[in-house]
Amino acid sequence: MSSLLSASSALREDALRRLKREMWARAVKLGLRSWVGWRRGFTSKADPQRSGRVTAEVIEHLERLALVDFGSQEAVARLEKAIAFADRLRAVDTDGVEPMESVLEDRCLYLRSDNVVEGNCAEELLQNAHRVVEEYFVAPPGMCSPKWLNRLSLSELRI
Amino acid sequence: MLKGYVPPYNATVVQKLLDKGAVLMGKTNLDEFAMGSGSTDGVFGPVKNPWSYSKQYREKRKQKAHGENEDSNWLITGGSSGGSAAAVAAFTCFAALGSDTGGSTRNPAAHCGVVGFKPSYGLVSRHGLIPLVNSMDVPGILTRCVDDAAIVLGMLAGHDPKDSTTIQDPVKPFTLPTFADVNKLCIGIPKEYLAPELSSEVRSFWSKAANLFESEGAKVIEVSLPHTSYSIVCYHVLCTSEVASNMARFDGLEYGHRCDINVSTEAMYAATRREGFNDVVRGRILSGNFFLLKENYENYFIKAQKVRRLIANDFVNVFNSGVDVLLTPTTLSEAVPYLEFIKEDNRTRSAQDDIFTQAVNMAGLPAVSVPVALSNQGLPIGLQFIGRAFCDQQLLKIAKWFEKQVQFPVIQLQELMDDCSSDFEIEKLSSVSLKQ
Repeated sequence: MSSLLSASSALREDALRRLKREMWARAVKLGLRSWVGWRRGFTSKADPQRSGRVTAEVIEHLERLALVDFGSQEAVARLEKAIAFADRLRAVDTDGVEPMESVLEDRCLYLRSDNVVEGNCAEELLQNAHRVVEEYFVAPPGMCSPKWLNRLSLSELRI
Repeated sequence: MLKGYVPPYNATVVQKLLDKGAVLMGKTNLDEFAMGSGSTDGVFGPVKNPWSYSKQYREKRKQKAHGENEDSNWLITGGSSGGSAAAVAAFTCFAALGSDTGGSTRNPAAHCGVVGFKPSYGLVSRHGLIPLVNSMDVPGILTRCVDDAAIVLGMLAGHDPKDSTTIQDPVKPFTLPTFADVNKLCIGIPKEYLAPELSSEVRSFWSKAANLFESEGAKVIEVSLPHTSYSIVCYHVLCTSEVASNMARFDGLEYGHRCDINVSTEAMYAATRREGFNDVVRGRILSGNFFLLKENYENYFIKAQKVRRLIANDFVNVFNSGVDVLLTPTTLSEAVPYLEFIKEDNRTRSAQDDIFTQAVNMAGLPAVSVPVALSNQGLPIGLQFIGRAFCDQQLLKIAKWFEKQVQFPVIQLQELMDDCSSDFEIEKLSSVSLKQ
């Protein structure tokens, strides 16, 4: 029994590994080449106006967190300007000042009782989604990310 | 991003209006996700200010430009709730709802010559309002006169169990009696609002308004809001940070636009968001994420929250010193032509145009923009009244009195006036007004 299990799990692992490789290769074909070239394009120009806060590392990090890409050099320049604008806050003396999260901080937040009073509208909600299977929203597999791609060796990429 | 989206529920404010028998005329245009001060960045295109086609504006233009194509130099409405302001100004509807996070209701109200009211934060439910900055958003009300705004507010104000940031205090009815105690009022004029970019015309109307109150016996004093110059920066940081969080829900999975990429969730999210958001929205999301990075959190986000307290305290101090209401300009100048507006990018324009309006959102106070008079070019100019928190009724009472004094002229739209009887015209246009 255990040998069967280990055999099947080994097979499963192998299949998973193959699937991963295929998917990475596909994702790579979709964007890696252009992505690398585009990134190089951003950092090769030395702009005297820029404060240098938005390095390639920061760009990559922000895009990964925000899941929104810069798209152009103008966008990076705009971020630099936004940061420079925000830096003006340093001039304000905030010693001993508590951060303010809400203007209603002196009041108690209303909490209603934990009773179900409405809902049961799954069908209506599902109508707004593009890809649905029975009562499920369908999402693509969630394994690929630039971090993973960076760790791959060239042979695995098969470029 | 929300292309093809049909909401499965009504916002509380919409439902309340429908329950009272309001007829929904339609949905209006705006800057994408309410980010902007011109209503020029919407996916359906920019909004044109009805005053571009008014007799008052065209007559003034004829004196200057000859042989120019009349439609090419149309004016912006201001924003971001420009469509709503334009709809009300053009007599398309009785009232319109907007949103106000940094002035998005008051700014277009001033440019379109209508009343733009921002209630106190916590008075009107935000359930169903797509959140931009959770701690500052409020639904805004746009109408042609202050009485109408009070009627709408009366229907919308009050606790909503679906929005736990609405206060639980019972709400008094908002009928506005005639305000007779002007001589008991104390009006504050914040000196920091005398910005160098302020147009001389707006400054002149501001000064005349102050004199009007004084001549009726009110006490008009200069006050100080020392952190005013930092409020726009503080707003910029807090807004982009909250936006970065609030826009994260748009991933194409449960609703809205979804791209065709199916390799991975991240690739799908990234492409969907690239396709679904315009540059302005993406720029703010990225800025916000920058300010929220571990290494930047304390220096930017927390710092901005501290500055916010200082700004809110400025207002508290002024109101505690006996001031009932503040009187300030709403915008730097009258509406500008679209072609001129788009010369600067959205962020720059927002930083310039929100200067008088966004500090109010940070403090959560009620404010209203009331149209005052027409400029030399025949375009509307509005002034702003800022009241104490949850003293919305008093604020509207004062605004109504002021509105009666200035008697802002009705917009004369060619086609409209051809059909109307002459009685309508005469009744509305005669009276005392703050003329140049």
